[in-house]
Order: sequence, then C-alpha cells, then structure tokens
Amino acid sequence: MLRLEKLAKTYKTGDQALQAVDIEIPESQVLALIGPSGAGKSTLIRCINRLVEPTSGKVYLGDTELTRLSSGGLRRERRRMGMIFQEYALVERLTVMENVLSGRLGYVGFWRSFMRKFPQSDVDEAFRLLDRVDLAHMADKRADELSGGQRQRIGICRALIQNPALLLVDEPTASLDPKTSRQIMRLICELCRERRLAAIINIHDVALAQMFVQRVIGLRLGSVEFDGPPSGLTPEVLTSIYGEEDWEATIETVDDDDVATQ
Amino acid sequence: MMPTQDLAGSKIWQRRSGRESLFHWILWLLGIAIFAYCWQQISAATTWFFVWDAPRIADDIWTRATPPKWEYITQLGKPIWDTFNIATLGTIFALILAVPVAFLAARNTTPSRLFIRPVALLIIVSTRSINSLIWALLLIAIIGPGVFSGVVAIAIRSIGFCAKLLYEAIEEIDATQVEAISATGASRWQVMAYGIVPQVLPAFAGIAVFRWDINIRESTVLGLVGAGGIGLQLSSSLNVLAWPQVSLILLVILVAVVISEWVSAKVRGAII
Amino acid sequence: MSNQSFDINAKLGKSWKKPPLVQQKWLRWTLLTGFLVYLVLAYWSIDVNWARVYVGLERGQKFILAFTDPDFTSRSADIWEGITESIVMTVASSVVGIAISIPIALGAARNVAPLPVYLVCRGIIAISRALQEIIVAILLVAIFGFGPLAGFLTLSFATIGFLAKLLAEDIESMDRVQAEAIKASGARWAQWINYGVQPQVMPRLIGLSVYRLDINFRESAILGLVGAGGIGATLNTAFDRYEYGTAAAILLIIIVLVMALEYLSGAVRARVQ
Repeated sequence: MLRLEKLAKTYKTGDQALQAVDIEIPESQVLALIGPSGAGKSTLIRCINRLVEPTSGKVYLGDTELTRLSSGGLRRERRRMGMIFQEYALVERLTVMENVLSGRLGYVGFWRSFMRKFPQSDVDEAFRLLDRVDLAHMADKRADELSGGQRQRIGICRALIQNPALLLVDEPTASLDPKTSRQIMRLICELCRERRLAAIINIHDVALAQMFVQRVIGLRLGSVEFDGPPSGLTPEVLTSIYGEEDWEATIETVDDDDVATQ
Repeated sequence: MMPTQDLAGSKIWQRRSGRESLFHWILWLLGIAIFAYCWQQISAATTWFFVWDAPRIADDIWTRATPPKWEYITQLGKPIWDTFNIATLGTIFALILAVPVAFLAARNTTPSRLFIRPVALLIIVSTRSINSLIWALLLIAIIGPGVFSGVVAIAIRSIGFCAKLLYEAIEEIDATQVEAISATGASRWQVMAYGIVPQVLPAFAGIAVFRWDINIRESTVLGLVGAGGIGLQLSSSLNVLAWPQVSLILLVILVAVVISEWVSAKVRGAII
Repeated sequence: MSNQSFDINAKLGKSWKKPPLVQQKWLRWTLLTGFLVYLVLAYWSIDVNWARVYVGLERGQKFILAFTDPDFTSRSADIWEGITESIVMTVASSVVGIAISIPIALGAARNVAPLPVYLVCRGIIAISRALQEIIVAILLVAIFGFGPLAGFLTLSFATIGFLAKLLAEDIESMDRVQAEAIKASGARWAQWINYGVQPQVMPRLIGLSVYRLDINFRESAILGLVGAGGIGATLNTAFDRYEYGTAAAILLIIIVLVMALEYLSGAVRARVQ
C-alpha cells in the first residue's frame, strides 16, 4: 500500500538524513520505526507526505507516485495520510472543535472553512471522534487549556477525521508521562485496527514499540538496519542500531503490567 | 589638557592593557572632540543675548499663561473629537494596509524572498523613518489642509511601524502548528487562516492598541502644520500670543495623552 | 479512562458554531453597532472634499515622480546646512541627554535610591514623557529664541524621559545577588554602583543610547517646523514653494541616514549583548 523506493534526503547543510531507503508496507499494518536521535526517523516520515522534499527516490501511496505530484495533487493525496505530531502541534489559540475540524480542510473550500461552516456530516463525525477519545465535553475549550495526553488525543482525532488510509505518527509519546504514553499508544493501535489503517509510528521507546506493533524497522544513520517482528529485537540487533549498551533491562520491561492501568 | 584628566577620572575598566587601553583612550578623545565641535556649532548659531534673558521671558510667559482660560474649553469640543478621529481612523487604515505588507515581508510567509520581500521592507523603512508631521506637510501640499490630510498622514506613518512589529511576530510563530495544518491537505490560504492567523492575532491586537496610543499623541500636534485637530487651536492661539488659551490647550493635550496611555496599558494587559 | 457523563446523541445532527469572542449577546451587538455608528459619525465629521483630493492626485503623482529625479543641486547649500545642523543637534543632545539620564535612572530605580529621590526622579521622567518634543520645542523657542539651541534642549529633555525610564527598569530587574556580594565586601555607595550595578546594565545602556541617537535624528528633522533648527525648516520651505524635487531629495537623505543609523544601532546592539 505504501512503497518507498531508494528514498534519500540530503539537507542543504550536507547532512545525509536518509540514504536509499526501501520499505514496503501492506494494508493495515502498524509499523514502528526505531533508531537513535538523528537516524532520520522524522525525516523519513516527513518525506512521505513531503513536508520535507526528498532529494531522490520515489514514494508510492497505492498506485499514486507522491514524489511526482504537483502541489494541488499533493494536497489531495495528503488527505489520505493523517499525521500525528510529537508536541501535538495543535493550533493552541483555536478551540478543540476547530482543531479537529481542521482535519477536513482538504475537503472544504476556503470560504466555508474561513466562516467555520463545515458540512453537518463533518461536525457529527468530529463529535463522534471526540466521544471516542472521551473528550466531547471539551469541544469548546481552547486547545491550550488541555493537558498533554488530552491534546494528543485531539491530535489523533484531527488525523482520523481526514478519513486516511495511512497514519504517519511522529514520536507520539515523547512529551508524555509513561502511563499516558501507553494509553496513547494503545489508543492509536486500537483505532488502526478498528479502521484497518496502516501506520508508521516513529518512536524512541523500544519497549513501548515492542508492546504494540506487528513489525519494527530499525534505522541507523539513514539506512535500514533491522526489519522484522518485535520478537527479533535481540541485544545484538539493538547494539547494531543504537551502539553498545546493556540491553537486557530494556527488553525485560516487556511484560504485560499495563493491564492494571486499564 | 582638561579632557584627558576627565577621561582618567571616569575611565571604567582598569584591567585593560596596552593597545586596548590606547584604543579606548583615542575613542574617548574622538568622542569628546566631536561633542566639542557640535557644541561650538550650536553656540555659534545662538543669539546668547536672548538666552541670558531667558529666565525673565520664561517668568513673563508663566505669569501671562496662568491661570488658564477655563471657559475656552467650550470651543475645544470639536477639535478634540477631530483629534480622536485622526488617531483612530488613521490607525484603522494603517492596520488594513500593514497586514498584507507584513505577510509579504515575513520570511516564512512571503511569496518571494528575492523580489517581493525587499519591496515590502522598503515600504516599511520609508514610511517608518519619516515623521507624521512631515507626511502631513506633504499631504497638505497635495490634497489641501484639513482633518483628512491628518488621517492619511497618521495612516502612512503607522504602516511601517505596525508592519514591522507584525512581521517580526509572524516570523516567531510555532512552525509545527503550521506544518500540522499543511499535512491535512489544506490549501495555502487555509494554512494561513488556520495555522498562522490564530497565532499572530494577540500580537496584532497589542500592536494596534500600542500604535493607537502613539497616534493620539502625534495627532494632537498635527494641527501645527494645518492638518486638523487640537493642534490647529494651539497654533492659532500661539500666533496671537493668547497664552491663557495655550496653557489650557496644553493641559487638555496632557490629559488626553495620559488617558490614552492608561487605556492602552489596560487593554494590552488584558490581552497578554 | 475517565467516565464523563456526556450524551453524544444530543450533539449529533445539530449545527456547531465557534463560541463567540464576547459571550453576552447584547454586549456583542452593542459593541459592533457602536463601532459602526462611530465610523459613520467620524466619516461625516471629517468632511472630505473629494474634488480637492482629485485635483491633488495630479500633484501627488508629480511628487512621486520627483523621487525618481530628486533635485540635490539647486538648493544644495540650504540642504547641506540643514542636515549638518540636524546632525549636530542630534549628537550634542544625545550626549547631554544620556549623561543626565544616568543619574536620574539611578534615582528612579527603587532598589538603589531612597524613596524621596525615587519620587522626584520618577516625576521628572513622567513630565518628560508626557510632553511631546514638538510642544517642548515651541515653548523653548518662545523662551530662548529661534535656532538650534532650542532644538538641542528639546531633544536632550526628551532623551531623559526615554532613556532614564528604560534604564531604571533595567536596574530594577538586575540580579540582586551580584550587587549584594559587592555590598557585602564593604564597598561605599559609589563603589557599589560602579562594581555591582554598572557591569550588569552597561550593555543595555549602550544599546538604548544608540537607539535613542537614531530617534533623536528622526525628531530633529521636524523641529525646524517650529523654528528650533535642523533640516525641517528647509523641507517646509520646499513644500511651501511646491519644489517637489528638493523635497524629495531631502526626504531621501533622511531615509538613507535613518537606515544607516538603524543598521549601526542594530550592529552595536548585537555586539554588546
């Protein structure tokens, strides 16, 4: 469903963030992207929806080659890719409802969106999504009044209301406490299952990744170092991705103590 | 050499040594020489006889100007209203024009850094560096004396000021919020309306009130060159040496300035 | 997760509106109509003579065209004299204004000065800020006669209000521990200021001084309108005689000098901070 062919990005500063990455993701697969800081995880995700222009290589979403599209075509395809951000990236001075509805911007014209006159079906869908994440009662609060976990749930709603086929998730838990992190990860994975979405989750917490996803890709210095099931993440593999460290403790934490938080 | 002694006395750091010390020494000397030259120029252009006579003249003006002619206030209603209009309408026009200029000048929203941004910056610099009184002079020469010239003068002068502060605010916005809106497939204008405008709105309101406060001050004196408002009364009272009226007008201006500063501080406090 | 009692069905199918900025409906409408009524009234009282404006447009066009062909030569002596006088006034008044501002700023900082001194200095600052340059200039011209002395005094006086206020705020917000450490070593008052306070506020003082130099030059350009010396008088004459070429030349000189000063002050501030 999503195919990256020899995707490469070199920044103007000369940093080679990605070098010839090949990845293929089938329908409704949730994939975790791990790797040390600066391995190119963020760049990879942003090259898919072209928030960052790739230097070379191709990205196919279904049969469409994203890397060839003009700006109008790219906007239409971006609607099929929901994105969730590390620092939530909500527009803080807009209300919760406006933030969720902003996910529909690709579908409505400028004046309708400017006057906040979204189609009734969009408004209903927004309320259903907010209800799904238990935040419907906050709809008219301003986004900056919410806690971190609440904001991330709004961010998820904004991505889902686009009715995407693919979720691009950039460090969803990096600014959250451990308990909220798990709740958010679980929510994302549940929603992907419910809606049969594919997802690329860019995450630095290896234990958390192992807990929820079906497939893990390890990036190191802009190239794929590991690609396989979570159980394949042995200490040797982690060393090859991150460098020498005692990995036993990290892997040990993968027991199911999170049942208690439910 | 008196200056050098002063220099040694007021020299700040004793820990400089060798060439550095010499360099600073020369810099100070140069500064003092420039100041001495400037003072000598001013002194040469001054009729010192009048200056020695100044205390007596000041005392004379003071006795004539007090007490202010209170009943004259009845004739100041319309000029005060005009002054208020010049400042307010001028600010509104300036803001309407400053917003597009600011978006064209900000690095992250300008359509072209190479061609359009320099033009926008030129507009900002040229309107900002010329005082509103000079703009008023110019407009009076073009469209004749009156309140309208004052409004336009204030508007032009304020464009650069408002646009500069606004484009700095635009450049400081959080880019990830904009990124998030672009990622939904929003068009360029939608990104503007949802991602950028909400972030700069508080700054915009603050700038508007701040400039309005300054404009109240400036519009009180525009009348001196004939551009309407209370300055017109000041000018005509000065021409006939009606000092009791002058003192009343100055009092009124002082009160207006204090009130507008108070309003502006209150509103800005409420926004931030 | 949390169990908020919220009936989602009550919301479905209903239209949604952004909550308005002003909650009370009557207040919202009063503000809006009040604003519109004001605009209409204001427009009425301005009484624009559009015919006159239309005639003026032609002259405006001529003036704008004059910028493409400014006339520096025919009144070069007047221009040169005016500009130098402006610069002389700017420099002299900045130096004197800054020199007077420093003690007043110290007096207006509550953490340095005793209360009576504080009140007096704050009073001076308030008066200087409330009176505009041009009004001060009118009064000083009446007292001291025409010429750059009145302008020089005006700008010096205005500098005090600006610089002393900002500097005093800076002194008040400085790091107390550093200053106390000097005091604890048994320094006298002057030594305490010299070693404890001055190093902390020096960069800001330099930055503000250069900025004020910039402002003083801009202001000096208008003081000539009321006879207080500088380029303003020449400019006024040029406008009176409809000599747009000369006026354009003067304005261009002012813009270039202001830009140069702004660049200089930016560079200096970047260096000291």
